[in-house]
Amino acid sequence: MESIAWLLHLIPKYDTLPELWRALIPIVVSCVLFFALLCLIVLFLVWLERKISAHIQDRLGPMYVGGWHGWAQTIADSLKLLLKEDIVPDSTDKLLFKMAPFIVFLGAFAAYVVVPFGISSFVTDLNIGILYVVALGSLSVIGIIMAGWASNNKYSLYGGMRAAAQIISYEIPAAIALMTVIIQVGSLSMVDIVNAQKGGIHHWFLFRNPFTFLAFFIYFIASLAEVNRTPFDIPEAESELVAGFHTEYSGMRFAFFFLAEYANMLLVTSVATTLFLGGWTQILPGPTQIIPGPILFFLKAFAIIFVQMWLRWSVPRLRVDQLMYLSWKVLLPISFVLVLGAGWMAVR
Amino acid sequence: MEAEYSGEIMTLSMGPQHPSTHGVLRLELKTDGEIVADAIPHIGYLHRCFEKHAENVEYPGVVPFVDRMDYCAAMNMELGYVLAIEKLLGIQINNRVRCLRIIMAELDRIASHLIAAGTYGNDIGSFTPFMWCFRDRETILDFFEETCGARLLYNYNWVGGLMHDVKPGFEKRVIEFVDYFEPQVDNLNKLLSDNYIFIRRTANVGILTPETAISYGVTGPNLRGSGVQFDVRRNEAYLGYEEFEFDVPVGKGEYGPVGSCWDRYMVRIREVRESCKIIRQAVAKLTPGDVHESIPKRVKPPAGEIYMRTECPRGELGYYIVSDGSTKPYRIKVKSPCFTVMSAFREASKGTMIADIIAILGSFDIVLGEIDR
Amino acid sequence: MLRYFKDIGLGIVTVLNSMWVACRHFFTPAVTIQYPTEKWTMPERARARLFNKIEDCIGCSQCARVCPTRCITLKTEKRGKDEPEHFASDGTPIKLRTYLYDIDMALCCYCALCTFTCPTHCLQMTPAYEYSVYDLRDHIYHFANEKPVTSSPPAEPTAATS
Repeated sequence: MESIAWLLHLIPKYDTLPELWRALIPIVVSCVLFFALLCLIVLFLVWLERKISAHIQDRLGPMYVGGWHGWAQTIADSLKLLLKEDIVPDSTDKLLFKMAPFIVFLGAFAAYVVVPFGISSFVTDLNIGILYVVALGSLSVIGIIMAGWASNNKYSLYGGMRAAAQIISYEIPAAIALMTVIIQVGSLSMVDIVNAQKGGIHHWFLFRNPFTFLAFFIYFIASLAEVNRTPFDIPEAESELVAGFHTEYSGMRFAFFFLAEYANMLLVTSVATTLFLGGWTQILPGPTQIIPGPILFFLKAFAIIFVQMWLRWSVPRLRVDQLMYLSWKVLLPISFVLVLGAGWMAVR
Repeated sequence: MEAEYSGEIMTLSMGPQHPSTHGVLRLELKTDGEIVADAIPHIGYLHRCFEKHAENVEYPGVVPFVDRMDYCAAMNMELGYVLAIEKLLGIQINNRVRCLRIIMAELDRIASHLIAAGTYGNDIGSFTPFMWCFRDRETILDFFEETCGARLLYNYNWVGGLMHDVKPGFEKRVIEFVDYFEPQVDNLNKLLSDNYIFIRRTANVGILTPETAISYGVTGPNLRGSGVQFDVRRNEAYLGYEEFEFDVPVGKGEYGPVGSCWDRYMVRIREVRESCKIIRQAVAKLTPGDVHESIPKRVKPPAGEIYMRTECPRGELGYYIVSDGSTKPYRIKVKSPCFTVMSAFREASKGTMIADIIAILGSFDIVLGEIDR
Repeated sequence: MLRYFKDIGLGIVTVLNSMWVACRHFFTPAVTIQYPTEKWTMPERARARLFNKIEDCIGCSQCARVCPTRCITLKTEKRGKDEPEHFASDGTPIKLRTYLYDIDMALCCYCALCTFTCPTHCLQMTPAYEYSVYDLRDHIYHFANEKPVTSSPPAEPTAATS
């Protein structure tokens, strides 16, 4: 990020550091800044979910902690989880058990380095940006299987396997839906994709042609399954019968899974915003941007997150076999047709 | 359905403490992880020796115990008991008591079906209908609370009359509530009953054919969901129900074979509408009177026995009372509708998946207090 | 084939319908109250903790007899002939001295049968519902305020459920 590099130059004796350090330090500092910002946003999202669910259900939600509508509730809950006893059951595979939350967390947070929040607000501009994001989504599957296996609990294993099957099945329609946009841009880099949508709402991929319009909805549904949200929350609500892959986790380890879920939610909405809703570019056509990029980006992302949360509290959940049917027999054929159409439009 | 079991059959215990078993019920599932070969219910975790207790308490004092069997529909439980004793004693109640009893019983039916619908949505994964159903149920409980002082366990129907008369303006408020409530049922339908995902989860699951249901002795909405037109209020009318006009909804199998979970659930929702009709008619028939008029000073039925059937929200509730001429019952035996339905549960759940077990159990709408007494 | 598309269409339409119904509720006011700071006014017939106005109690033990769970314990003795006459507030003469009147609210089933049989209506159910205690014996409420003269003093009360 240029502004970080510029700020660092102001530190005395910065230019005397060796070349390697001067290349690495801006990246590390911006990573830390992004991580901090994301943690705050994730805490805010947990609060938002509780408030939205409460108002849909005609009640109030957190009102007490922190004063105004309980804004500090999530902070209080995280403190409570920190203070809990760290239980690692005896017969589990200890290394895998301890590593699993971190891998899931990593898969959620590491993908943010390529997401551009503003014209120069990104950590790095990889030329394989979107491929990197999709690949990291698969990394969290490993974490889930590790959690299910290492818990030494038949039911956690089944829950973990089901969650893994769900995520893997839904990655395919999601990635193919993203392909419709990539074909039209011609580049995998997220910054290029955003720049291709500059100039107003009619340039957004959502409204440019019918194939990407439908691809947005396919991606939206598939991404709901990626992050285990209702109606696809079999792994979480396996607690109907068995408690899913994070049964044996308590305290901060559980908090990692929980925060990773919300970070994942923000990630898929950020990807949807970048690819379909124009990222940080402005809504009204015109040369200048009135609202700064990052704020507009987050407004769009929160709009999609609001729809995700609203959907969670309106519909029941699907059974496992119905979930698989939806992915393989409904979303996948439709996304194939859309990619064919987008490809035809690109070479026309 | 012919199920192929992959792998060996293991025993999984859906234990007594479970969020979705509506009470303390232990289900022993023999499954291969996905398809259930057998589901054996183990009951008795809530047994409180009601029938033995009742032998040591005088007849009016049994009414609070009777409430506590099916705590979700206490008015109906009391009604069955009180009607049995009145038949033994030969007491005639006046019109006001009769209409108020009907109003309270039907309001309680609505409240009980709201619990059934809300918790069923909860089990299937939709958390919002639960809150909305309970919000509407709160108004009903407020009616009960202002009339007799308690929200859930009333002791309101007494042998020969009622505990208190209703407060002035009660009739108007009940009609206002019924007017407000009938459109809310449409809302609930749009949110849950007609939702495609809900239909897919419940419409092909837990099929109970009419012959199976009758052979197991299932009654109430569970039987009517299988298409059999049988309601004690129609077939063996008590309290003058023959004067009221209402339909008896049955499951028609709109979204799958007749007798599925969806049919049973929908029968309950339609019954709520019929209860609203009955309440309106009962309020119109209400006449002034004294609710304490026919209450005997001491309840001392002549020696003999009686079996009285009434329609409680979960099915046909039967009280078999043996009296030896003293002020305490010699023996009270309760025929609980949920107990008979649990025997049919085993049949309905063979060959289904584990996620369906929850759906089937929720559609039977059991209350463990009634099963275990 | 047609059924496949019909299913998809039906799925989308009903899910959108559900979402619309849920969204409308986003704008309705909440029906809950913030309990410890705001409290609901109990209706006048609310049945919560029992209270006995012992000055009016004639010691007939009808309440103890009718209670289904036997939570009321009462011990009386005859007043001597030389004692001044006691009367209840409605004029009924009180011939017995009630030296023990305990109600164990942990056993009470809140049926209110005792309040109906009381001849002087001294036993009433109040709307007081916030009376949780740490020790089960604190749920035994002692209403008698006289000491026995001819009988032996009653034993120390223990929790009836222990």
